[in-house]
Amino acid sequence: MAGRAAGPDLSGPVLAASGLFLAGLVCLPIGWLVAYAFSDRAGDPTLSNFVALIDDPTLFEPLVTTFGISICVAVAAALAAAPLAWIVARTDMPGRRIVRMLMTASFVTPPFLGAIAWEILAAPNSGILNKVWRDVTGAEDALFDVYSFAGLVFVISCYTAPYVFVVLSNALDRIPADLEDAAGILGAGRWKVVIGVTLPLALPALLAGTLVAFLQAMTLFGSPAILAIPAGFHTVTTKIYSLFQFPPRPQVASAAAIPLLAVTITLLWLQAKVLGRRGYAVVGGKNGEPRLVALGAWRWPVLALTLATLSLPLFLPYAALLKAAVSRVPSGPFDLANLTSENFTFVFFEFSQTRLAFSNTFVLAIATATGGTVLALLVASLAARRGGFYGRVLEFLATAPIAIPGIVLGVGLFLAYTRGPVVLYGTLWILLLAFLTIEMPAAFQQMRAAFRGLHPELEEASRILGADRLVTLRRITAPLLKSGVIAGWCLIFIGVVRELSAAVMLSSSATKVLSVVIFDLNESGNLGAIAVIGVAMLIVTFAVVGIANLLSGAGAGTRLRSG
Amino acid sequence: MKGRAIATLAAGVFYAGAALAQSPVYSITPELEAAAKKEGNVVYYTSIDVKVAEDLAKAFEKRYPGIKVHVERNGAERQFSKIGQEYSSKIYNVDTVNSSDASHFIYWKREGWLAAALPEEVMKLYPKGSYDPQGFYAPMRASLSVIAYNTKLVSAADAPKSFKDLLDPKWKGKLVKAHPGYSGTILTATFQTSRDLGWAFFEKLAGQQVMQVQSSTEPPRKVVAGERAVMVDGNEYNVFLEKQKGAPIEVVYATEGSPLVVGPSGVMKFAKNPNAARLFHAWTFSLEAQQIAVDDGGLRSFHPGVKEPAGRKPLKDIKLMKEDPISVDKQVEELKSRYLRYFKT
Repeated sequence: MAGRAAGPDLSGPVLAASGLFLAGLVCLPIGWLVAYAFSDRAGDPTLSNFVALIDDPTLFEPLVTTFGISICVAVAAALAAAPLAWIVARTDMPGRRIVRMLMTASFVTPPFLGAIAWEILAAPNSGILNKVWRDVTGAEDALFDVYSFAGLVFVISCYTAPYVFVVLSNALDRIPADLEDAAGILGAGRWKVVIGVTLPLALPALLAGTLVAFLQAMTLFGSPAILAIPAGFHTVTTKIYSLFQFPPRPQVASAAAIPLLAVTITLLWLQAKVLGRRGYAVVGGKNGEPRLVALGAWRWPVLALTLATLSLPLFLPYAALLKAAVSRVPSGPFDLANLTSENFTFVFFEFSQTRLAFSNTFVLAIATATGGTVLALLVASLAARRGGFYGRVLEFLATAPIAIPGIVLGVGLFLAYTRGPVVLYGTLWILLLAFLTIEMPAAFQQMRAAFRGLHPELEEASRILGADRLVTLRRITAPLLKSGVIAGWCLIFIGVVRELSAAVMLSSSATKVLSVVIFDLNESGNLGAIAVIGVAMLIVTFAVVGIANLLSGAGAGTRLRSG
Repeated sequence: MKGRAIATLAAGVFYAGAALAQSPVYSITPELEAAAKKEGNVVYYTSIDVKVAEDLAKAFEKRYPGIKVHVERNGAERQFSKIGQEYSSKIYNVDTVNSSDASHFIYWKREGWLAAALPEEVMKLYPKGSYDPQGFYAPMRASLSVIAYNTKLVSAADAPKSFKDLLDPKWKGKLVKAHPGYSGTILTATFQTSRDLGWAFFEKLAGQQVMQVQSSTEPPRKVVAGERAVMVDGNEYNVFLEKQKGAPIEVVYATEGSPLVVGPSGVMKFAKNPNAARLFHAWTFSLEAQQIAVDDGGLRSFHPGVKEPAGRKPLKDIKLMKEDPISVDKQVEELKSRYLRYFKT
């Protein structure tokens, strides 16, 4: 049968093992979560936590607020990201490559750092933009108050829109021109092709991205902790966090997380229902190159609009951070009296946590990204190609953690690994497990979307020629998915650097990561030091992501074409 | 629950026995120094401003080369949750601790989590009654929670003189305060203010659209930035530090009295670096460290040898609210839930 000496097919055991590992990874914290939600303080079973959730307005209001925020963010992120992704992937706008890079840059920006930058920009009185606004117009009121519901939605959207953008632009890259050409030949106009052909083909990716944006907004902790508390309201995550203040109420906190879990499961189920399983496979063995829409005279206005959009998550906040890094008073006047190097001195020579936090963060990010990519790839291939009950269970397991707020996951892991036989608290391992669990879904969504768009004919050819499933995965599927795989790796890497909510529960003084250091510094208002650390952290992150993107740019396209 | 009570009781008996057998008083000896150097590290959990904490750590490292101080700075209430989580899970990360919420030490002492370690200097020089006679904790620092205003936005004549003045409608939307759920200073201050002025004060204050921040170190920064004109509460020492840098901020000692917040330190029972912990602990009470805390940190000290910098009003001339950590320890849940009811976060 096989033309070469084939070893035993290891795909069964490997897949089973990864399935088991994933099950452990996910079931453990969810198990703790559910167990706690249904027990009282003495550990006896009860429903009282859920009664409190509805009865106690201090618990119920955050729930309503959170869903309001998530819906607004999902809509805003999709509306902002979809045109941008299309412009970048499918038109001849000048500077597309740079725009794509910049969008990745805004994706790299941790939301909590963006929130802090927007405090400097748009705090109602001291915010730079509001000061300028008052000076220019003579108005009494602020232009924009970042400490408000709208402010929070805006800031979260700035840093969740890139999720939609990345998933969607990658999908648009993969949609070949054949179908669009066919529509064109049959007489459809340019915009009719976009709306009638391109958009429906990109719909699964758009929905997947929007769904991720919604769930991110729902489980986000950093931005609400920074903006909502001064604004005088709670979201579910900040409420959960406050429930761990002494005396801790982990039972009520767990119950408060259950609605998030329920909503997520429902949405994922709906997504599967609506999109079906294999309806959109478009990348086969023989495709034409994607064709670009010529914008003509519209090129420059479109570019201007794109750059204006990018200034919100990127140019303005970064300018604010750079200014804060060299200022005594972050939002103070831009003059010599306010200029200082004390923030740099403090961060690099006085603050004892700087070096440790940097090395911890990047060691964890690389380890998690590599482990997570392998796992996501295995699970996605199994789920996409084998299907069946087992496939669906795996798919669920890989997506479910997105519903567990990091903070609750942190507590679950804390409870699990601070008592024997394996004590992991105080080591980097517990953070690795937490990050792997949290970042898995985004990478998995990415891989799955990639698999969905990949017709199995090439893999089938490989199998027919005698390669087993793992060999096929390594030699055929993975190279075809290379850009997806690298995007997945980057997603996890960036996700780990951005992660705050589980880290805040799980890091100790010896295992501090940068996000927690920044959060601690923000608690006491050291914005200058935050700016220095934040900018340094972004430079390192950009470097890593840049290298990964170079790798991806070289490979994927050529391979697809030669296929 | 019952098992834990017995364990606590047993621990108590054990301590009583140990205390009789061995005095908690110690001083910095060459033996202690050598043993501390062998350990080489000390993990210091503190709620003091991070810059001040690092200054102290650097001074200590200079004085005792070879011993690295790992500063872990958190708001006192977060630190309290963290230590609670860690010690209940038998994780003994922290060697020595300082908190701006004195009631924490009452709790930790009751749980048997503190070691009896009373530096000789404290026993000899610090006021009787300021430290625990059994040696479980002693007052490393004190500060006040004060009102302060931005001198560019508010003239001295217009500035509030009392807590009651803050309820004037003209301050609506112009106030900032820190949060008792995060800050030990503010929890202590909230207790004292609500005791002396009644909860009605906070109920009315909540109607003033107060900006809410977390740590008591932050309101002075918000006032300096001009984000809000007046702070309702926050650290006196951060106001001093900002003033030293030339920032436009001025302190107000309320006519009703200013909450006094003592920040004790203690050595943890299961410290991994017990000798380095004791050395660091003793050193923080020395004249050298206390003078740094006062000069560079803007703090108040109980060490009689410390010289107050010019321009700061001496503690004895300020009307103070009375400290009462035992009541804070008993009422902490009630305090937080009432606060939540008025301020929504």
